Amino acid sequence: MSEFIGDWHSLLVLLLAGFMPNEVWRMIGLWLGGGVDEGSELLVWVRAVATAILAGVIAQILLEPPGALASVPGWLRYLAVAIGFAAFVVTRRSILVGVICGELLMLAGKWWIG
Amino acid sequence: MWSVTSTILSLVLFATYLGIGALAHDTHFSLGWALASTVFVWAGPAQIILISTLGSGATVVQAAIAVTLSAIRLFPMVVSVLPLVRSPGTKRRQLILVTHFIAVTLWVECVRLLPQVPRGRRIAFAQGLGFGLLSVCLVATALGYGLAANLPELFGAAILLLTPLAFLLSTARNCRQLADVLALALGLALFPVVSLLHTGVDILISAVSAGSIAYAVQRWRAAQ
Repeated sequence: MSEFIGDWHSLLVLLLAGFMPNEVWRMIGLWLGGGVDEGSELLVWVRAVATAILAGVIAQILLEPPGALASVPGWLRYLAVAIGFAAFVVTRRSILVGVICGELLMLAGKWWIG
Repeated sequence: MWSVTSTILSLVLFATYLGIGALAHDTHFSLGWALASTVFVWAGPAQIILISTLGSGATVVQAAIAVTLSAIRLFPMVVSVLPLVRSPGTKRRQLILVTHFIAVTLWVECVRLLPQVPRGRRIAFAQGLGFGLLSVCLVATALGYGLAANLPELFGAAILLLTPLAFLLSTARNCRQLADVLALALGLALFPVVSLLHTGVDILISAVSAGSIAYAVQRWRAAQ
């Protein structure tokens, strides 16, 4: 059981750094309810920053990959994502096709390198 | 009721949570922690940000700031879904569970499906949908975690690659305005540059700059 949970300290970190800062925006939405214009200038900026955070995290995972992904050479990681994105664009924004093409390219490339 | 679109959305969601489970494993979190993050955070981007910032040595405060900035986008989703769910006599506390379940997939599905549901049953419907999606994602989290622990390196790498791929493409698909597209492109381009500074808040610096530039360009274009 202790192996399943890990240490209690990391669960506290989950609560403080994950649950609370995330949930607070849902609850503010619940309390304020209507009367918020989705097209307001502040929300446009917030959405742009939130999108860029996600972009930064994607770049970080590709640039400094965790665990097993580090065994794939950098050029192959970038190429796989680029091909996945190209497939997504060509198929008029099919996420599924893009993901499958990127994955297959990485597997084929890794197999080819040996 | 499950049309092709929702099947594909759940498949992408499943792939995303496979990736989150694998990421949690390879950054040395426990399985219980990974499952708890899916239940309590229930937002893929926030979970990825939490796991990767903590995994790369960020402090609790740095991780919390990055998570909360990414979570602001939940606010307009909640504001737009709740009027669809509530009836005139609905109390706020009856909506807490539905509010917790709101994330991009539930938001899309609610906007699509709720108009076909009688108003009195919409809270139950949204809770059922949220609970169903959560169950699927818990299975995916555990599966991704287990696969990363047991599979050969090649397949472990393939599961970890699901995260950047699925997030890049779903973010690209959700881009509605010029500012969103620019923020995505600039955010990808700026992070490698800013990361050379090793500030500990690289993601925040690159994201606030990329997002602000994207916003400024959109305003400038609109003013022309």
